[in-house]
Amino acid sequence: MRVAEAWRVAVTALRANRMRSLLTMLGVVIGVAAVVVLVAIGTGAQREVEAQVNGLGANLVIVVPGRLELGSAPTKSRLELGDADRIGRATGQDVAVTLSSGETVRFGGNEAFATVNGTNPAVPEVFVRPVARGEYLRDSDVDTRRRVAVVGAGLVESLFEGADPLGRTISLGGVRFRVIGVFEAVGSSGFGADQDSEVHIPVTAAQRLFGDMRVDAFALKAPSTETIDEVSAQALAVLADRYPDEEFSAVTQEQILGAVGRILGLLTTVLAAIAAISLLVGGVGVSNIMLVSVRERTREIGLRKAVGARQRDITLQFLLEAVLLTTIGGVIGIALGVGGSLGLAAAVDQLPAVVTWWSPALAFTVSAAVGIFFGVVPARRAGRLDPVVALRTE
Amino acid sequence: MSPLRPLGGPALEAVDVTRSYALEGGTVQALRGVSLTIDQGDYAAVVGPSGSGKSTLMHLLGGLDRPTTGVLRVGGRDIAALSEDELAEVRNATIGFVFQAFQLLGRTSAVDNVAMPLVYRGVRRAERRARAAEALERVGMGHRLDHRPAQLSGGEQQRVAIARALVGDPQVLLADEPTGNLDTRTGEEVMALLEDLNSAHGVAVVLVTHDLDVAARARRQVRVRDGLLEAPA
Repeated sequence: MRVAEAWRVAVTALRANRMRSLLTMLGVVIGVAAVVVLVAIGTGAQREVEAQVNGLGANLVIVVPGRLELGSAPTKSRLELGDADRIGRATGQDVAVTLSSGETVRFGGNEAFATVNGTNPAVPEVFVRPVARGEYLRDSDVDTRRRVAVVGAGLVESLFEGADPLGRTISLGGVRFRVIGVFEAVGSSGFGADQDSEVHIPVTAAQRLFGDMRVDAFALKAPSTETIDEVSAQALAVLADRYPDEEFSAVTQEQILGAVGRILGLLTTVLAAIAAISLLVGGVGVSNIMLVSVRERTREIGLRKAVGARQRDITLQFLLEAVLLTTIGGVIGIALGVGGSLGLAAAVDQLPAVVTWWSPALAFTVSAAVGIFFGVVPARRAGRLDPVVALRTE
Repeated sequence: MSPLRPLGGPALEAVDVTRSYALEGGTVQALRGVSLTIDQGDYAAVVGPSGSGKSTLMHLLGGLDRPTTGVLRVGGRDIAALSEDELAEVRNATIGFVFQAFQLLGRTSAVDNVAMPLVYRGVRRAERRARAAEALERVGMGHRLDHRPAQLSGGEQQRVAIARALVGDPQVLLADEPTGNLDTRTGEEVMALLEDLNSAHGVAVVLVTHDLDVAARARRQVRVRDGLLEAPA
């Protein structure tokens, strides 16, 4: 009953000062909306990267030289093409090789910058890279260093302006390659390398083109999730045997996801924390306006105390007013934040935004907490007013 | 909440009460030893010039303030033994306040203004409104239930305020200059209403006023001067 009355009084007070209430809420609205949008963008980025890493293919094991740690300098590769065969024999799996470098690709008067990957025919077995038209590299292409190339869908647009590239000759760093295949479009995203502007050529041709007789890394596929560790160990054992003084690492998708997830999670937290500062500033505004409200209604407080209101009745009334301000602001902020996130995701495809259930829930809880935290000082001040003094106030 | 209901005996009782205030230049003694008893059904006027201590006395009698020394009983209870919240309960159960400036809430209808004391007694809303309507009926304002204070004349506002003082069935109506903001004729009507409540319903009425004509209507006068009672009743 008393709570219901305090609620009614709080609502009446807010409605009596509509403009002031709205302006006070605005701080909370902006803070909550910012938190929701930034968390949505962070979550979207995380999902996007996860999808991309998963899209590489299941049960993938990538073998790279050096110890793989976040922030460690890349290690100069000593791997050779022959190591791929040795790992293949030891594990019984196809081993994809890669040696990549950025090169300018020319066709006619057009040029584009592309990642040129020297690879072998195992690539389509290990990674998910379907060829839309033409065909992929063959063993004979690798054996004879044939100058043939499979190009990404993005290059068809930029180099060939939509014309059929099959059978055309492109120039990679001044050397001519014949196009024998076109990849299916993967779809570009704002994160990671753009796979649609890759060019794959036989690894042997790449070694000659780049003047580098080594390869960067191997990739192979474990037959099942359970055998990932076993396949990794076998591959590393082969390399440990051949290069006793060197370190190599086998990286799985889970490890990549874990590392990337940690970075993006941290980024999301930092962004949300920055947005939360504006929520805090909004809370200070609420505190301020509550002090004004208490001062304005000093006589009302005196009267209520005279007719029997206890300290906590008055405190509750003003605390509810503050919480009402911030939670209404919070709900508006959530609506704006969710709407803004969805709008952003629809309008900008480089910026995926995913609204999770917990961020609006958290934002609402936080805005209610802000109301309590910043309302409690003015509310207690109101509750402690001396009725004699309060009634005399003009 | 279980209201701290009035016990038997005198409605209000002050025994050798003093009240001093600490100011920057030292202490000011507003009351210097006052003894006064208000019996059930009493009709007394407290008079005195401004600065005499009569406002302080009224605040003490109403349980809004505590004496520096001496004993003060409201509804038979020594308020020294009560916490602030308990004192609020005692005020709620024992005293009805009528102020010079009415002290009505501007955005609230007459019936909700009158019902307010019952909120703090834990009465349900429907019953509050029914009892408030009844109280407004008693002061002749039964036709103005949903009017806001601004839509009422001064005399009508004071009637609403009296209804608010009555709604909790108090032992004492404590009226501080109840006619101070009203013209003579309206003031006369308000006084007649208070006197009717006193005689017909047995509610003790304590008037605090500097208007000697108003004070003369009371059954007895208590004169305050320089913090002391001039002619103890």
